[in-house]
Amino acid sequence: MAYLEYQNFFTQVQVQGEPEVGMDDQGTLARERTSGARFSTLLGWLGNAQLGPIYLGWAGLVSLATGLAWFNIVGFNMLSQVDWSIPQFIRQLFWLALEPPGPEWGLRMPPLNDGGWYIISSFFLLISVMSWWLRTYLLAVEHQMGKHIAWAFLAAIWLFLVLGLFRPILMGSWSEAVPYGIFPHLDWTTAFSIRYGNLYYNPFHCLSIVFLYGSVLLFAMHGATILAVSRYGGDRELEQIVDRGTASERAGLFWRWTMGFNATMEGIHRWAWWFAVLTPITGGIGILLTGTVVDNWFIWAQEHNFAPDYLGAYGYEAYGSYEDFGGVTRGEE
Amino acid sequence: MFPKWFDKWNQDNPTNIFGPAIAVGALGGAVFVAAMIVGFGQPYATASMQTGPRGTGMHVQEFIGDLANGDPTVADFYTDEPFVPEEGEELAGDIYENVQVLGDLTDANFNRLMSAITLWVAPDEGCTYCHAGANDGEYAEDDLYTKVVARNMLLMTRNINVNWDAHVNANYEVGVTCYTCHRGQPVPNNIWYRISPVNENAEGWSANQNRATMTSNFTSLPSDYLEHYLLEADDGGYNQIAVHDLDSRVQQQPGDPLIQQTERTYGFMNYISNSLGVNCVFCHNSRAFYDGGQNTPQWGTASLGILMVQEMIAEHLLPLEEVYPEERLGPVYGDAPLAACRTCHQGYQQPLNGLNVIANWPELNVIDGPPDYSAWETAAAEPEAEAEEVDAEDLDPEAEAPETDAEADDADEEAEDPDAEEEATE
Repeated sequence: MAYLEYQNFFTQVQVQGEPEVGMDDQGTLARERTSGARFSTLLGWLGNAQLGPIYLGWAGLVSLATGLAWFNIVGFNMLSQVDWSIPQFIRQLFWLALEPPGPEWGLRMPPLNDGGWYIISSFFLLISVMSWWLRTYLLAVEHQMGKHIAWAFLAAIWLFLVLGLFRPILMGSWSEAVPYGIFPHLDWTTAFSIRYGNLYYNPFHCLSIVFLYGSVLLFAMHGATILAVSRYGGDRELEQIVDRGTASERAGLFWRWTMGFNATMEGIHRWAWWFAVLTPITGGIGILLTGTVVDNWFIWAQEHNFAPDYLGAYGYEAYGSYEDFGGVTRGEE
Repeated sequence: MFPKWFDKWNQDNPTNIFGPAIAVGALGGAVFVAAMIVGFGQPYATASMQTGPRGTGMHVQEFIGDLANGDPTVADFYTDEPFVPEEGEELAGDIYENVQVLGDLTDANFNRLMSAITLWVAPDEGCTYCHAGANDGEYAEDDLYTKVVARNMLLMTRNINVNWDAHVNANYEVGVTCYTCHRGQPVPNNIWYRISPVNENAEGWSANQNRATMTSNFTSLPSDYLEHYLLEADDGGYNQIAVHDLDSRVQQQPGDPLIQQTERTYGFMNYISNSLGVNCVFCHNSRAFYDGGQNTPQWGTASLGILMVQEMIAEHLLPLEEVYPEERLGPVYGDAPLAACRTCHQGYQQPLNGLNVIANWPELNVIDGPPDYSAWETAAAEPEAEAEEVDAEDLDPEAEAPETDAEADDADEEAEDPDAEEEATE
């Protein structure tokens, strides 16, 4: 059943044996690394079967502690909003939120129950996210790796900071920030778009969508290509970069004969990295300009010949009648 | 079970039948479904009503099946023709005691309206729902709150029909009667009470939203939009309904629409959409909510409706708070039940699918003084009314009271209603 093997959701090869404990060539890594390691067949279906050891470091510990503080402040605020009722908390969980202060508070500190907890928890979240970023950077230093992961993460953090810190400050009000809640943050997204004249006419939003959908497409193309040539060792991508084997040759030929151009084992990763990174960078620019520089994106788009004027009548009377659409015939009973 | 030669043949000829069986089954199933759709049509076909220029995506869609069924309560609407008053006929106000609103009606029309109200509002409960002593022939007392409420509702209905003509008759005459809201139930569906704040231990914008409530239509949008927009604000005016304005950030004034106000307005608009069974683009070009020039005429009608509801609440519904018994008051504030779009529309663009409910009820289409029966005078002048009525309709297609023979029969029966006679003897 080769077909099932190649199309399967789960990893087809598991390695379990003596745990790989990792290097400690500078004598600093192991100090803050846990020592235990075990194997999980379940995890092996999704990735590497080995679980641990884990390196937290001071940055990781700070990040976990402050992140937990944020999580608990949000959670207990939600629980408090349903008057400490666990069943209500579970029922309303996707509806509940910790909201930012109202617009009347500007950038001042509001009472705890009117957005104050939001400010405090956001402060913890800021420290948590930034120290987790520092951790990715420091780990890369220790491993003598490039810092690509840290910079990519920073691109996402840029969008996070624009939404919750830079833009609210520029707008002079914490009320512009995003609530912490499942449905409420989606409501915020819709209301934000409507308030500032339809975000679809924001060119940076357009760019962000291009890179987002582009990332998805590239990821699908790359993943499919590598799986398709894994029978020739294509999943050993790094080796194939320096020593191009038959897997790379076949993958490259496939795409060259499909569309005339093909990436290389190195190039496809540069494509993917830039598409992914540019998604939040362009998106963040678009959000930062909204309300600060541009008040209504639809009007902006019309002024810049980006949105057309549609001609035609408004109202269904110009196109049909209510009788055609379920209404009783006029005047009859 | 099977003959030996069969089992032996199977053993000698092992064949994987599952692969082909799945392939044949899937292919056969697909062909079957395709054939059914081609043969019998799409079971969930939709129709759309275009509401704006091509390219803007402005249209409202419905399942064709739903359109064909229409509003099921239309069939139960009771109506019959009025009796044209004779010269010098005695009026209800002179015959009966304590007739405060309908005193200018003739006896026959008064009783005709009374029995209609019973059928529209309390068909199961009957006369005693408002008149405690009805079984003993005692109608004059105001001893039941329902009667006091009903009297106010008559004033409200008349006010809507006469003064809010531009909303209720925006397209053509439909009017409202008690049935428009009540649909045969003493307490109409889709009434509302104040419930905000909905969250404990919170203030301001943290307290009025993010709960699945009936009012929020089970969204996490604010649950206070009805009370915020439809009740008078502290300054005696009404709050602004807007998702944005065109002022820059530095020109923002307190109360100007920001994200929070946008969400509350969104909640209200979502309520209106659900009430009317339409979507945003029935009234707006969703690219440009700020631009009145890109609104449909329905936006104007809806805006009048909002004003109408604000007046109804302030003048007719809120003052009844003192009248209601405890079980009719709101669960949170003990406030009077209020009405809004959904109370009448109940999911349809026009209540009761645009049925003209007022045609036969000039008694509800007047503020005070005698109702206008001129539309029926021609017909009544003829001695053989039933035969001639058809002619009258042919001559005047805009006649307000076309009717079928069956309904004319109904009307006769109603006139002979024993209850009505009993009342007349009072």
